[in-house]
Amino acid sequence: MKKILHILRRESAQARPYWEDFYFETQDAGATVATALSSLHAENRISPAQGSRFRPVIWEHSCLQKRCGACSMIIDGVPALACDTRLSQLKGDTVRLEPLRKFPVVADLLVDRSVMMENLKDLSVWLEAEAGAGSEDMAFEASRCLQCGLCLEICPNFAAGGSFSGMAAMAPLSRLIARLPEEQRKQTARNYKKGVYSGCGKSLACRDVCPAEIKIDELLVKSNAAAVWNRWNSIK
Amino acid sequence: MKQQMPINIIGAGLAGLSAAKTCAEAGIRVRLISFQPSERAQSNLAEGGINAALNVMGEDDSTENHFRDTMKGGCDLADPNMVRNLTQDAPDIVMEMDRLGVPFHRENGHMVQRNFGGQKKKRTAYAKSSTGKVLTTALIDAVRKYEVQGLVERYPHHRFEKLILRNEAAAGVLVCDRYSGKETVMAGRVLMACGGMNGLFAGATTGTTANTGSAAGVLFEQGVEFANLEFLQYHPTTVSITGKRLLVSEAARGEGGRLFYYETDTPGHPEDTGVKRYFLEEKYGERGNLMPRDVISREMAMLGRQVYLDLTVLDEKTWKVKLSDLRDEIIHYLGIDPACEPVPVSPGIHYFMGGILVDEHHRTNISGLCAAGECACAYHGANRLGGNSLLGAIYGGRQAARTMIREIAEDMSAGAAYENTLCVDPESFQDGAADPADTASSFRTLTEEETLIQEKMSQILMEGMMPLRDGKLITHALTELEKLKARAGEHEKRTDEPGGFSDECRAKLLLAEATLRCALERRESRGAHTRLDFPQTDENMRKTTVVRYEKGEIRISFREISRL
Ligand SMILES: Cc1cc2nc3c(=O)[nH]c(=O)nc-3n(C[C@H](O)[C@H](O)[C@H](O)COP(=O)(O)OP(=O)(O)OC[C@H]3O[C@@H](n4cnc5c(N)ncnc54)[C@H](O)[C@@H]3O)c2cc1C
Ligand code: SF4
Ligand code: FES
Repeated sequence: MKKILHILRRESAQARPYWEDFYFETQDAGATVATALSSLHAENRISPAQGSRFRPVIWEHSCLQKRCGACSMIIDGVPALACDTRLSQLKGDTVRLEPLRKFPVVADLLVDRSVMMENLKDLSVWLEAEAGAGSEDMAFEASRCLQCGLCLEICPNFAAGGSFSGMAAMAPLSRLIARLPEEQRKQTARNYKKGVYSGCGKSLACRDVCPAEIKIDELLVKSNAAAVWNRWNSIK
Repeated sequence: MKQQMPINIIGAGLAGLSAAKTCAEAGIRVRLISFQPSERAQSNLAEGGINAALNVMGEDDSTENHFRDTMKGGCDLADPNMVRNLTQDAPDIVMEMDRLGVPFHRENGHMVQRNFGGQKKKRTAYAKSSTGKVLTTALIDAVRKYEVQGLVERYPHHRFEKLILRNEAAAGVLVCDRYSGKETVMAGRVLMACGGMNGLFAGATTGTTANTGSAAGVLFEQGVEFANLEFLQYHPTTVSITGKRLLVSEAARGEGGRLFYYETDTPGHPEDTGVKRYFLEEKYGERGNLMPRDVISREMAMLGRQVYLDLTVLDEKTWKVKLSDLRDEIIHYLGIDPACEPVPVSPGIHYFMGGILVDEHHRTNISGLCAAGECACAYHGANRLGGNSLLGAIYGGRQAARTMIREIAEDMSAGAAYENTLCVDPESFQDGAADPADTASSFRTLTEEETLIQEKMSQILMEGMMPLRDGKLITHALTELEKLKARAGEHEKRTDEPGGFSDECRAKLLLAEATLRCALERRESRGAHTRLDFPQTDENMRKTTVVRYEKGEIRISFREISRL
């Protein structure tokens, strides 16, 4: 398999962006965008400017098995995980790689997603007391959120700094709601409405892009029932 | 009384999170410093479960049983006092996690535990095949509360560069912000929770690429004592996928999976027509598939044939309720539905039993420096039991934090002598280590040559540290490593990029050498360390391998293990 990687690069946040092309060839049918990015050396460059120094491509990675949410980027125009995207499933000879657009770029394909963690702090996402009885299944599903940010990237209503925190906050809040101690209901409901319910336009584009395949619509229905409609007993 | 300097916790996986929470609960301030945010840590990858003798399965289990299985699984190389404490407190740890809302598997409202390797009772609490993820999520939430209160200050894209020593005690850390390239000195005691040394075996472990082993390398070079580096856990059921090894959780065997090979897989015979030989059951009886990992990996290596994991025996309900995520993962990455077809597996590097040497209180040989989690050598002896490392990380983080809290209290009531050494002007900590002007605003990565050197290093280590090793193999690896060090030395002289990365590269080469030297010096076979030239276990070698870098030399000694 042969591919050309067309990568939008930037040496630092302040530097001017530019495109650079790399050639990648592999026998590995399971090779992903992450495989390609890990294997780029100087000799993979296509027609580098005379005398220009090779700069390794910067991107975030950790698990390489779609369990950590590190490697989010835009692949051929679609927000996705590099380690979850097989080269063989991409049409055409050229793969276009860009950093997520909703977060500040640090360098190359690496973006700063701290706003996601800040949002969770603003929404007081923690249990104030011992977890109550509730729904293990719901808590499990919600716990699986990778904080990858892909749902935010695709969401028409999310902007960093806005009051809507998107599904990346819905999932962690739903984890609490699943086993919320009674005394915390009011506070969490308030935060849920503020950070999730009131801003969500229900486009559900997030559902299709979520690499953890979290059942976002089901979680939303359950959490709305409890936190918005005050039907806490519906969580079992 | 003056204000306490925050404790610097390096690493925000389960061990770091647990330590941060423990400190914050006691009102002690910490900085939680990690290469990446907690959501990316290896702890999230853990699958099968966490051990504690809750005795909920009607099997008459006890913490004493857990203690004995852990000691035996570790071939009596762990400190029995540490294991005693760990296993006694395990139920408390798991129940605390339950109170934090961790969705452990329940049936009719009651927690259910599963079988795991090397344990005679069902003792492993779990959430399908995502136990590490749900535990980490819960601890992240718990710590967030203290972030908002200002007790925990997060530095989530910061690399540990080196320890700052004052009068041979830990007085702070030098940390680099990966986003800006800026280096900062942070004064305070130090608690290492930086995970396993995966980067020594890059591309060949089941873990994360972010645990590069550089932090461990630097500490070793700075004189921190390490232990038992020869004990490297090969997990029997892994599969090579692009860029790493994919783990097929032991839970698969805990729920009934069986390992076999085809009798006739000789050339000329189609592979899957032969008789299935359930070789572990044949040799070890009914529980053969759940023998400890060292035993199974050794059997597989000796066998030298393709082994398969047969999960077709699991019923639909087990798949659905207990292992749906594992099935999805195998289908996704291997294109095999394990419910219908056996999965070809082989041993892969999975866990580091060795690491920073700590005592019962998680103290290292440097005062003011503690270590916990996978980076520390604790609890697991010559072979770790599955389910004991999540436990060891959460418990160890807590214990290390308690030690530091106690030390701070003692120091404060005795006039804060230690605390005072921490509060001197940070500028004077520089030790000529870093000139910020060198690095500011440049986002540094490895140079091409450094990448190649590290790739070669991993290759050499892999050959020397094969599951079945002998003196010749290890010596050969050491010779190759010597050549590589020379090449690295040349590069260091030539490189025009000043600062950390050459340091990191050099430190890792040193740690690689230490690892091989430990393997060479242990002239016996025990647990995960199998020497073909010394196949017997030698009772006189029931000692901890202690390795230290001193005056430019790697020194190895063997230390008595304390008694109960
Ligand atoms: C696939 C897989 C499955 C597993 N399943 C199980 C299981 O079922 N049961 C079980 O008990 N164990 C299991 N384990 C083992 C277990 O997950 C780990 O041993 C445990 O989570 C280690 O936790 P930790 O906090 O010590 O380290 P980690 O979770 O690895 O965290 C290390 C932290 O240190 C940071 N760090 C690393 N280097 C630096 C540096 N230079 N500077 C700054 N920060 C740094 C990282 O960013 C991270 O935050 C499994 C492991 C793997 C890989
Ligand atoms: S909800 Fe899905 S897409 Fe959004 S952050 Fe969580 S895992 Fe990523
Ligand atoms: S590297 Fe973890 S999700 Fe891709």
